[in-house]
Amino acid sequence: MTEIRDRIIQIIAEQAMLDPAELRPEMSPQEIGIDSMGLVESIFALEEEFDISVPFNANAPETSDFDISTLASIIAAVEKLVAEKA
Amino acid sequence: MNAKKSKGDKPEKTGGKTEKVKGKVKSATSRARSVLGRVIMGRHANGMRRVAITGMGTINALGRDVPATFEAMREGRCGIGPLEFRDVDRLAVRIGGQVRDWDAETYFNRQQIVLYDKFTQFTLIAAREAVEQSGLIFEGELGLRSGVVLGTAAGGMNTWDENYRTVYEEGKNRVHPFVVPKLMNNAAASHLSMEYGLMGPSFTVATACASSNHAMGMAFNMVRSGAAAVMLTGGSEAMLCFGGVKAWEGLRVMSKDACRPFSATRNGMVQGEGAGVFVFEDWEHAVARGADILAEVVGFSMSADAQDIVMPSAIGAQRTITGAMMDAQLRPEEIGYINAHGTGTAANDKTECAAVAHAFGHHADRLMISSTKSMHGHLIGGTGAVELLACIMALRDGVIAPTIGYEEPDPECALDVVPNEAREARVGAVLSNAFAFGGLNAVIALRKV
Repeated sequence: MTEIRDRIIQIIAEQAMLDPAELRPEMSPQEIGIDSMGLVESIFALEEEFDISVPFNANAPETSDFDISTLASIIAAVEKLVAEKA
Repeated sequence: MNAKKSKGDKPEKTGGKTEKVKGKVKSATSRARSVLGRVIMGRHANGMRRVAITGMGTINALGRDVPATFEAMREGRCGIGPLEFRDVDRLAVRIGGQVRDWDAETYFNRQQIVLYDKFTQFTLIAAREAVEQSGLIFEGELGLRSGVVLGTAAGGMNTWDENYRTVYEEGKNRVHPFVVPKLMNNAAASHLSMEYGLMGPSFTVATACASSNHAMGMAFNMVRSGAAAVMLTGGSEAMLCFGGVKAWEGLRVMSKDACRPFSATRNGMVQGEGAGVFVFEDWEHAVARGADILAEVVGFSMSADAQDIVMPSAIGAQRTITGAMMDAQLRPEEIGYINAHGTGTAANDKTECAAVAHAFGHHADRLMISSTKSMHGHLIGGTGAVELLACIMALRDGVIAPTIGYEEPDPECALDVVPNEAREARVGAVLSNAFAFGGLNAVIALRKV
C-alpha cells in the first residue's frame, strides 16, 4: 500500500506544483493549494493512474461518497477503490 | 470626450491629409490636439465617435507576428504546404496554411496548455502583440469600459477531435475535466478578458467565414456608439486536424494543390489556421494619450442573402459592399483597394467580381482587389482578421498584397487582382470583404490616418 500512497501524493503534489515532501496527511486540498477545478483535475488523474472510477460530484463534494477533506482521507478512499477493483 | 458639434468637425472623406477644424470648436480642438501637433476631432457630425486602430497582432502560416506576415505579403510568399498531423494519410486533401512546428510550450506553461485549445493559444499570442503595440494598460475605469469580441467558426476543434478519438476510436470512457471549457467557442474571448482585465461587453461571433468581420464590425459599432472605450477584436481558427479537414473534404470544394483566386485555373479553396487581433479604440482616447494610430475604422455593413446555405449571391455581396461605403460616407471612387473574400472556388470568385463590378461601376476598373488567401489559406472564422492586416499594410505602407498563384485571366473575374507580385500604391480608403456560407455577408471599411 505504500506504493499506492506515494503515487497518490505524487499526483496531488504535481497538481499543486509542490514537492511531495511538503505534503502532510492532515492537509486539506485548500491548504495544499488546490482549488475546486484543480480537485476535479486531480481526481481525473487518480482515475487514470489507478483505472478506478471515483464517485465525486463537484456540485456537492461534501455529500459525495468520496471523502476529500484531507490528503489522508483521499489516500484512504483511493486505496479502498483500488482494493475493491482487485 | 465632449467635443462640440459643428459643421466643421465632420471628418474629411479622403485619407492622408489632416482634418481642418474651424475656429468655432476651439476649446475642443485644444483638448484633442495630438502629440503630432495635428488637430483631429474625435466625433462625427452626428455625435458618433471615431474609431482608431492602435494595435495589431497575428500568428498564421506566413509568420508568427505582424512584421513577418507583412514581409511575406510583400514578397508574395506562399505559406501553404503539406499538412502535418495525425492520420493525414487518410485525407484526400493534404495541403493547408499551417502554423509549422507548433510547440505550445514555447508560449505557455503546463497549466495554461491544459486549458487552452490551439485556437485560444493563437488568440492569446496575437493579442499580446496587439496590446503591447497599443501601449494600453486596462486599469481602473478603462478595464470596466473595455471588452472583447472575437470570431471563430469551429472554436476548439482540436479538442473535439482529440476527445472524440479517445472515446470513439480508443473506446475509453473518461475524458479530461476541462474538455468543455477548452472547446467552447467563447473560450478565447473569455481568456482575453481575464488576461487583460476587460470587464465590458465580451462575446464570440460565429458566422462561418465572416465571423471575424462580423466581430470587428460589432467592436467598431460598440466603440463608435460609446458603449466601450476600447475593444480587442478579430478572430481565430484552428481547424487543421483530421476531423476538421475531413469535414471540408466532404463538400468537394477544396483544392489538392494550391489556392489560385480569380485565375481561370483555380480549383478550390485551401484551409489555413491562426489568429488576428486588433485594438479598436475611441479616437479621442487614443489621441489624448498620444497613441500611434494605424488606421481609422470608418464603416461596416452586414446582410443576409436569404437564399442558399452554400451558394453566394452577387446581389447580397453588392448590397453589403455598398452599405459599408454608405456607412463610411465614402464614395466608390475613394476606395483604392479591396481585400477580397477570394476563396479560389468557382462560385465565390465570379460572384464576388460581379458584385464589385456592380457596386463600383466604372471605378471597378481602377481599383485593386487581391485575395491574400492565396498565401495564408482560408482561416475560416479567423480569416477576416488576418486579411485586415493586408488592408492596414496598404493604407500605412502603400504596399498592396498580391493574389499569388495567378496563372490565367478569367473573363468572369476581369478586375485588377494584383497578380503574383505586390504593388506600391497610395490608397486613402479600403474595404475588406467576407461572404460566408449561409449567405451571411460582412464588409468593413478603413481609412488612412
